[in-house]
Parts: sequence; structure tokens; C-alpha cells
Amino acid sequence: MKAIRKILDNIKPHVQKGGKLHKFHSFYDAVETLFFVPDHVTTKGAHIRDAIDLKRNMFMVVIALIPALLFGMWNVGYQHYMATGQEGTLIEYFLHGLLKVLPIIIVSYVVGLGIEIVFAQMRGHEVNEGYFVTGMLIPLIVPVDTPLWMVAVAVVFAVIIGKEVFGGTGMNIFNPALVARAFLFFAYPSQMSGDKIWVNGLTEGQGIVDGFSGATPMAQLTAGASQNDLILGFKNHAMSAYDMFMGWIPGSIGETSTLAIILGGAFLLYTGVASWRVMLSVFAGGMIMGLIFNAFAVNAYMEIPAYYHLVMGGFAFGAVFMATDPVTASQTNTGKIIYGLLIGIVAVLIRVLNPAYPEGMMLAILFMNTFAPLIDYYVVGANIKKRLKRAKA
Amino acid sequence: MNNIKINRGLNIKLKGIAEKTTSEAGTSALFAIKPPDFEGLIPKLVVKVGHEVKAGSVLFYDKYKTEIKFTSPVSGKVAMIERGERRRILAVVVESDNKQEYEAFKQGDPSNMSREDIVENLLNSGVWPLIKQRPYGIIAKPDVTPKAIFISAYDSAPLGVDYNYVLKNESEMFQKGIDVLKQLTSGKVHLGVNGQEAIIDTFKNCKNVELTAYSGSHPSGLVGTHINRLCPINKGEHVWQINPQDVLIIGRLFAEGRFDAKRTIALAGSEVEKPQYYTSMLGASIDSIVSKAIKGENVRIISGNVLTGTKVCKKGYVGFYDALISVIPEGNHHQFFGWLTPNFHKFSMSKTYFSWLMPSKTYALDTNFNGGHRAFVVSGQYEKVVPLDIYPVELLKACLVEDIDKMEQLGIYEVIEEDFALCDYVCTSKQETQDILRKGLQLMIKEVG
Repeated sequence: MKAIRKILDNIKPHVQKGGKLHKFHSFYDAVETLFFVPDHVTTKGAHIRDAIDLKRNMFMVVIALIPALLFGMWNVGYQHYMATGQEGTLIEYFLHGLLKVLPIIIVSYVVGLGIEIVFAQMRGHEVNEGYFVTGMLIPLIVPVDTPLWMVAVAVVFAVIIGKEVFGGTGMNIFNPALVARAFLFFAYPSQMSGDKIWVNGLTEGQGIVDGFSGATPMAQLTAGASQNDLILGFKNHAMSAYDMFMGWIPGSIGETSTLAIILGGAFLLYTGVASWRVMLSVFAGGMIMGLIFNAFAVNAYMEIPAYYHLVMGGFAFGAVFMATDPVTASQTNTGKIIYGLLIGIVAVLIRVLNPAYPEGMMLAILFMNTFAPLIDYYVVGANIKKRLKRAKA
Repeated sequence: MNNIKINRGLNIKLKGIAEKTTSEAGTSALFAIKPPDFEGLIPKLVVKVGHEVKAGSVLFYDKYKTEIKFTSPVSGKVAMIERGERRRILAVVVESDNKQEYEAFKQGDPSNMSREDIVENLLNSGVWPLIKQRPYGIIAKPDVTPKAIFISAYDSAPLGVDYNYVLKNESEMFQKGIDVLKQLTSGKVHLGVNGQEAIIDTFKNCKNVELTAYSGSHPSGLVGTHINRLCPINKGEHVWQINPQDVLIIGRLFAEGRFDAKRTIALAGSEVEKPQYYTSMLGASIDSIVSKAIKGENVRIISGNVLTGTKVCKKGYVGFYDALISVIPEGNHHQFFGWLTPNFHKFSMSKTYFSWLMPSKTYALDTNFNGGHRAFVVSGQYEKVVPLDIYPVELLKACLVEDIDKMEQLGIYEVIEEDFALCDYVCTSKQETQDILRKGLQLMIKEVG
């Protein structure tokens, strides 16, 4: 600890104004504040400050993502072994997944943080912690066989167009991780949709057992299957809501296990880092829309039990980790509930009624990101009206 | 009596709350009135160094409102005029002769006096600046009749003064002061007290006031909270506020005809050897109170509480409105992986630390910034600590973009910095909310007046 401090103190004069390495001062700051909370003291306003800072806040989200990440790694291996007809142990499944997922995480962080540091340097700011979370979210919402260069391109797009053009973390309108996902979805549709991309090795097709299908439940439902026709891998193997809840189904790396996501979500709610208003109302919205479809069902997709929507696809992941992004969600408490409900409703609406997009969560959240300021506008407007009315009375 | 429970807020439990004993402050002879204590004041000096003054003699007055005068709290001679950048006057220091001679002012029963006479008496004696107005939190305008006057005898801030102790035996002067204030408003005089403790006779038997007991976390004792609940300020309206000890000063002025600026000052904080109360005068030197009682050198002395107070040095003076000196450790040290480690000694409103599991633990918090300045990221934090019918973030953003219409619509007239002090504390992005709000208020004063 003292040694690190000493090294940092030795470098410090060089990166300060006038020093030779001044152009790297943002990078230096990032490293220094990573190791040490700075010795800055309050100069105005309150003399004491809460112990929390953005680093800790963001770090809590990363912790919350760990169950989904670990399960995702295991599931990548499990799906691959099932597709190739092999039996494996838990460790083997996990290691297989680890080797597939780790490069994506590394690419995501290296590219994303690189851009962040460059922008911080250009603006003379400290490096913002926002990418800490985004960098972990992106690997969890892509299919495992996404080429690394595609991940890199998506990250570049998301960080620059999704965030930095607006002024950086805190100023962005759209959730950067979802911008990355949407970019991939629309720029490379052939690699981002279909039945083969969700299971590692299926696209290449080597050693795949005959009759194996990597179709996600929503793809099957969109294709016209009913609740009882859903299959997991093989024709004679039915997929139940329990399978979907536990998460041993094909899908993006971190989104499949509702259980793992709920664990993370519980942690976020416990620490108060994520808004319970948003999280719960997204689930409520999805449930409500599912029930409405049930009531007016005219096809098999509309007939599936409403709770299926909550455990299928990216719904839970979106509700817990994406919709709750404080920057792009509504800021007011009332607004958060409206925002969440509408995300749930729109997501299920897109899923069931639009055959072009089997998963509606991504688009629903991006759509509501656009409307979050409008919701706030009306919520705050009510307060303004109340004040005006009081003044007149 | 009404009871109001405030549900939102945060109590920051600091070590070193003042014990209920009172001593005389030390013998330091210096007292000062500091123009920077008054927002927007341009002082015009009346005295020069060496002038003999009595308690109540004018030291300076407001250049733009010449009737507002600032007078010496003690008799003696002007020892020094401290100046800062561009010769701005920082303090007019009077050295006491320990005889304490008084200028004579009008005395009498306020109920038999006209409002004009009362106002004039308050202005001439230098007592007037003790009354602040909302909007803006500046010295009240003498030509305005406020719709109500608020007094909070409940200091809910960290290490706050216990007025149940300080005002225990002051029934008579307190009542006298209230009677004076009653003549100044067209509405009621509201007195807020701590509803979590037994209410002392001084308040219980007080006449001419509307008594309300408040309970809940800080800011349940702030006047801003009380006003918002009972008598919210609309555009064009004025509400005045005054500290409870200053009600006594008004009382003594009308009872005895002199500016008797005695004040009980609490010395508190984790770095104080023996936190307790001291009797002194308005504007007392810090040295006379803290002289030997501080642990170590690396400390910050604050006139006022740790959320809203002003940093002072040992050679400084207690602020015009302050009845508390807080002494806490400076936080000018690095902490290794401070954002990552559990940190049981740190206090946080969030549950990302463990402090919420130990609700009765007290903390020796230091002045470390605990992070770096960031854009607004986390939402919903300020709302947890601002129990007003106001959207704090939206109001602050309106201040940042200097949108006067929006500020007005969002309720700028109802708040002053202290109402937002906890936002400073809880902010994850370390925004300077009090500073932002003050700039917004200054803009309003300039543009709207």
C-alpha cells in the first residue's frame, strides 16, 4: 500500500500541469483514485460528505451481475455440450463457458475504457465510472458466438454515439449497453438472430447431434408453437417455465437465468442502488400486458400464461439491470413507476404482436428512454400547477 | 398544539454532542461583526480603528438600505478592521473594556407601541439584522409586513444546540421577544419545538404563538420544513425567521432598553476534549471558547453546524447567526481502496456501507470529500432528505441554467441553502447543491428582487 502510494507520488509531478506527461493526467487520475480515495477535503457547502461515491455505487452493480455472469458461463458450456451430445461435469461446462465469455469481457472493457480515458483527457475531466457497469452488461446481452471485432465495433458505437456525444455518463439519453445491443441487432442481423446463434458452435455446425435445435422459447412461440410445444434442444424434450426460470435454455450469455438475475436484483434493492419502483413496475407491466393478452387471446402466443413473459428471454435482465439505469430512467418517483409499467407493457406488446422482433425488451427500454424526460415533464408539471394554484387561492 | 411528523430526512450521529453544562467563555476581549455573514451586504463603515464604542453603537450600515445598522455587541474600542481582496471588509473587531456600557434605546411594552416605533427601535439598536426573510434568506426588509414569523427551537442538525436546555430559565424575556414579533406580522408567530422530548415551560406557556411539535429526522427542525408544512410561500409573499436565542435579545431590548447580545454557544464535535455550552456574546472570538479544549492540530473549526456552517480559524469569530462551534477532523489523507473496503467507521445513508445496521452508533466523520465530482447520475437521493413539496434536482438544474421562470415555478422562494444541506451530504456525485442554490438565489435577487 505504501509502495503504491510512493510510486503514484513519484509520477504525480510529471502529470500535473506543466509536467511532461500532462496529457496522461486523466489516466493517472483514474489509476490513482482506483487505489486511493483522494485526499480532497470539502471547500464549500456541507463540511462532511457521505461515504458513498460513484465508484462504490457502480461496483455494487457489478457485484449484482456476478450470479448472472457465472451462471451464463456455465450455461454456455452446458448448451454446447448438449448440442454436441457430450456429457460433462459442472467444472467442464463452466471452463468451456469461461473461455468463450472472458475474451468478450476483455474486449468490451479494453475498448470501452480506452475511449472513456481519451474523452476524459480531451475534456479535462476525471474518468467516469459509468463504463464499469456498461462494460460488464454488454458481454452479458450478446450471443456467445458474436465475433470479437463485432463486440469492439458495437462498444465503440455505444460509447461514442450512445454516451460521449451527449457529454458522458449522466448526460446520455439511451442506455449505452442497449445502444450496443441495438447496434449489433440492426447492423449485423444475420449474426444476431435466428435459431443457431444462441448455442456455442451451432453456427459452425461441427459435431452437432442430429435434430438439436438451439431455438429460444420466444423464437418458437413466434413461429407458432403453443405453450406445450416448446422444446429444449430436442423434439421429445419439453421446455417448462421451470427450465426458463432456472435458465438452462439457449439465449444471450447472461440473460437466461431468471433466478440468477433475481439474486442480483435482490442485492441491488437491498443496497438501494437500483430503484425498486422501476424494477417492480416493469415486472408488473409485463404481467398486466400478459394477462390482457390472455383475456383476448386469438392465437397460441397470446394464450401462454402471463408469467412466461417474465421468465423468457431478456425480460428479467432488462427489468433488473437495464431499466433501472438511473441516468436514462425517469428521475421522479412517480415517473419511475409510469416508466417501469410502460416498459413491461411495451416489451410484451412487441414480443407478441410483432413477428419481426422476437425479443421486445431491448426496444421497449430504448423506446421508454426516449419518453422518460417527457414523463418527468408532466410529473414536475403537476407540482408546478399545484404551486400556481396555491398562489392564486 | 399541533404535532407534525416528518418522515423524510437523515440523522447524522456525530461524536461529541455538547453536554448540558455551561461555563463562562474565556477572557479574550475581542468581538467582531463580520459583513460576509450577511448575504449581498455592502457595508459602509461609521467607525475607525481606535474609536470608543458602547454596546449598541453603530459600526457600519448597509450602503443600499441605510436604515439597517450593525452595532457593537460590547463596549470598548475598535481594535481592527480586517480586509480581504479588493479591500472588502471581512470583520470589524471591537476590543472589550470589560465594563460593558450600553447605548440607551427605547424600552416599553410592545403592545402599546406602534409598528413603526418597534421597527425603528430594532433598526437603531442593530437587532434588526437578526431577523431573516424568505425568500432568499437575507436580512428582512423593514418596509414589508410578513405573512408569518417562524422560530424553530428545535435544532435537528448534527450536534445541534439543545434549546430545551439553553432557554429553560428564559421564559420572561422569550415572551417579551415574542410579543414584539407579534406586532410585526399580519399573521401568526409560529414556534416549532422538538416533539421527541418533553416541552419546557418556556415554550409551553408562551402566549401569542402557534406552537407546533415536530418529530423525525433532520431537517425536521429547520424553519424551511416548518414553513413548507404550515404556510408555504407564494410569489410576492414574505415570511420571516429568527433564531430562538435572538428572540431573547429582542426581549431584552424592549425590557431594558439596551442591546444585550448575550448568547449561549455550544462547543461540540469529536475533536473537542469536553463538549459543553459556554456563555458569551454575539461575535465572540473562537479562541475564547475553544482555547485549550481541542485534540490535535489537524482539525476544522466550523462556526455553525457541519452541514451549513462556515470554516473559521482559531483567530476567527463566531458567526452572527451561529450558536454552535463544531470541531471535526480534517480528512486530508488518502485511503487505500476506500471505495471498496467495508469501512465500518464510515457513515452512509445508502446501504452500500454497514452503518445502517448500527443505528445508534456515533461517528467521528472527517472533512474528506469521499470521492470525486461527477455529473448527476443517481436519482431519488435528494428526495429522501428533502421533506418539502419540491423537486430538488429539477430546481437545482433550473438554477444551473439560470432559468428564472423555472426556478420560480419550482419553488425557489420557499427554500434557502440550509434546506438543501443534506443533499450536499448524501450526493453520490458530490454535487455542491448549496452552492448551486445560493447562485440561483443571488440571480433571483439581482433580476427579480
